[in-house]
Amino acid sequence: MSATPKAAPTAARLGLLVCEVCRLVSRAPSPGSDAHCPRCGAMLHARKPASLARTWAFLITAMILYVPANMLPIMDTSSLFGTQRDTIVSGVAFLWTSGSFMLAALVFFASVMVPLAKMIALTVLAASVQLRSTRHPRTRTRLYRVIELVGRWSMLDIFVVTMLVALVQVSTLATIHAGPGAAAFGAVVVLTMFAAASFDPRLIWDAQGKKP
Amino acid sequence: MMQTPQPPDPEALPEARATPHRRWSLQLVWLIPVVAALIGGWLAIKAVLDRGPTIQISFSTAEGLEAEKTRVKYRSVDIGRVIRIEFSEDRSRVVATVELSKQAQPFLVADTRFWVVRPRVIGTQVSGLGTLLSGAFIGMDAGTSAESRNQFVGLDVPPIVTIDLPGRHFELRAEDLGSLDVGSPIYFRRVQVGSIVAYKLDPDGRGVSLRMFVNAPYDQHVKPDTRFWQASGFDISLDASGIRLNTESVTSMLLGGIAFQTPSESAQAPPAAENTSYALYSDHGKAMRLPDTAEETYHLVFKESVRGLSVGAPVDFRGVVVGEVSAIDIDFDAAQTDVRVPVTVRLYPERIRGKAKPGTPSAAVLIDKLVARGLRAQLRNGSLLTGQLFIALDFFPEEAAATVRKRHGRVEIPTVAGSVQELQTRVMALVRKFEKLPLEGAIGDARKALQAVESTLAATEKAVVRVNRELTPQAGQALADLSRTLSGVEKTVDGVLAENGPLQRDLRQTLNELSRAAESLRNLADYLERNPGALLRGRSEASAGRGEEPAQ
Repeated sequence: MSATPKAAPTAARLGLLVCEVCRLVSRAPSPGSDAHCPRCGAMLHARKPASLARTWAFLITAMILYVPANMLPIMDTSSLFGTQRDTIVSGVAFLWTSGSFMLAALVFFASVMVPLAKMIALTVLAASVQLRSTRHPRTRTRLYRVIELVGRWSMLDIFVVTMLVALVQVSTLATIHAGPGAAAFGAVVVLTMFAAASFDPRLIWDAQGKKP
Repeated sequence: MMQTPQPPDPEALPEARATPHRRWSLQLVWLIPVVAALIGGWLAIKAVLDRGPTIQISFSTAEGLEAEKTRVKYRSVDIGRVIRIEFSEDRSRVVATVELSKQAQPFLVADTRFWVVRPRVIGTQVSGLGTLLSGAFIGMDAGTSAESRNQFVGLDVPPIVTIDLPGRHFELRAEDLGSLDVGSPIYFRRVQVGSIVAYKLDPDGRGVSLRMFVNAPYDQHVKPDTRFWQASGFDISLDASGIRLNTESVTSMLLGGIAFQTPSESAQAPPAAENTSYALYSDHGKAMRLPDTAEETYHLVFKESVRGLSVGAPVDFRGVVVGEVSAIDIDFDAAQTDVRVPVTVRLYPERIRGKAKPGTPSAAVLIDKLVARGLRAQLRNGSLLTGQLFIALDFFPEEAAATVRKRHGRVEIPTVAGSVQELQTRVMALVRKFEKLPLEGAIGDARKALQAVESTLAATEKAVVRVNRELTPQAGQALADLSRTLSGVEKTVDGVLAENGPLQRDLRQTLNELSRAAESLRNLADYLERNPGALLRGRSEASAGRGEEPAQ
């Protein structure tokens, strides 16, 4: 299947719906009403409902939260040497200046670049669907797959902070608290995952059929 | 729809159940970005609103300060941080730009003070130990002024007393700092009630001004007449009751301190006003003495050496200290080509005449009168051990009359030779007398006598030698003769004493006769005892026939 015909038969085009739960194929009812699976009663959709709107909503939220996630400290280190607050970028800078270039690059990639790239990619996808673009549908689909795959790895920072908070509790000597930035950052990662999940890649291809 | 393969049996597929359309679920998802935007916006607005004032503090050094890291703390509460450190425009100081939290705004007034808290030891207090590990921070003492500002000059050392500490400041004037330092304690009845806050050398270099702070409940014990003295070190005094060791506390012994006390007669006075100035005395005794409001300077010219007399030596009148030596000079008198040693003394006439009783003559008149009565100054030995001298004023009525002399604007009290001088003079006279004795002649005579004895002895020796040489052999001869003679004598004696020798026989006969005679005599005596009349009448018939003639 190197070149997909433009008017290939799809379930939607045939007026068929697949139950997401019990995989029963049924005919779509007349438009204007919600469909339910005749066997298990689950909601039936030809496409993910309000996929684009949800994707946009999550994406915008993630974008908003990306600002505090990088501005606010993700970690409060209180020790005898005083209190230190680190943002993601200051942590990366510290790692870099102290010579751990590999680690700095890894953290920078996982915690700064990946969420940012994900948001940009999702924006591109959502915008292209919104604008009914027909260009490079295969590339866009591949992009979507990469986003889904890589998304969870940007939680690296949160893992580190969570572990440090749990491990380093030497009461007065040294304590590590998760800062407000950690919550924002976690939210960014989760929201981008939601955005990716709520995006329906079939929409990329729907435009193909409608624009001959 | 050209190549659409037909599903197996489209009509056989079940139809989905239709329900009415729900539209609101679509809008719900938009709540999430709205909430996020609201939270984010609120945080942003709050951050902007919370942004406090930015001030600039200049320090002499940026030691321990670090941009973006050094905090500003007031009462250990974090109220801001240093965001930038740069040089001042003239590059003589370091200017730290500090971003404070909003709540610090009211503190930014003219007399607010900032300093860098580093570990340091001031007096007895070790402060800022925590900064050893945490790094320095900027401390703040909130002022009370109404004038706000945002440019400050940081202190080099932390203030000992913060502005809000209740209590009062006082000034002390001392001749020298002694062992005092900023932070030195102030004691009242051995309770620490305050500390030295600052000190500075007077601009003319003639003394030291100390600023001290007495904490609130105790500051009312500082009266206008309170005396302050150095409680540094310890004070050993030897008096009639033995050795006394006086010290305020071990701390003050090591680090110095100040103690104060109010004379009992003025203890009821109202507390002194803030910033009252006091003199700082060197010890308790000096502090509690009557203050000498009047002092007179006199000159004393001694003819003797003033070795052992030092500046500060007491001038006493019959044991009461009435002044002290303030200077010892040497003065060349060109007119008489003479070098004199004038001693300048400070007298406190009030100690002699009492405190300004009405009708007391003025000091000058008083001294005149006293000198006319025979008052003289004399050098005396204060201690035989150290040879320290002091000046005694006393009456010497037998001294030739003298008056107070005034020359070159100096008033001279006449002097008399001191006890040491007198002793020396007498010893010298004694030595001179010894020197005058005709010792030379006596020694010559003695030598002659010795020579005579010597010649006599030599003659004797010669005689002995001659005797030895000439007489000894003859003496041997004589001894042999003598021995022979003696043996002859011995033989003779032996012959005489032999048993049958004629001498022995005769002697025995004689003895027998003598024995008989003695017996007759005894008989006569017995007879006469019994018949004493026989002496007159003669021998009776009855008893006749024996005995000899009675001795008549």
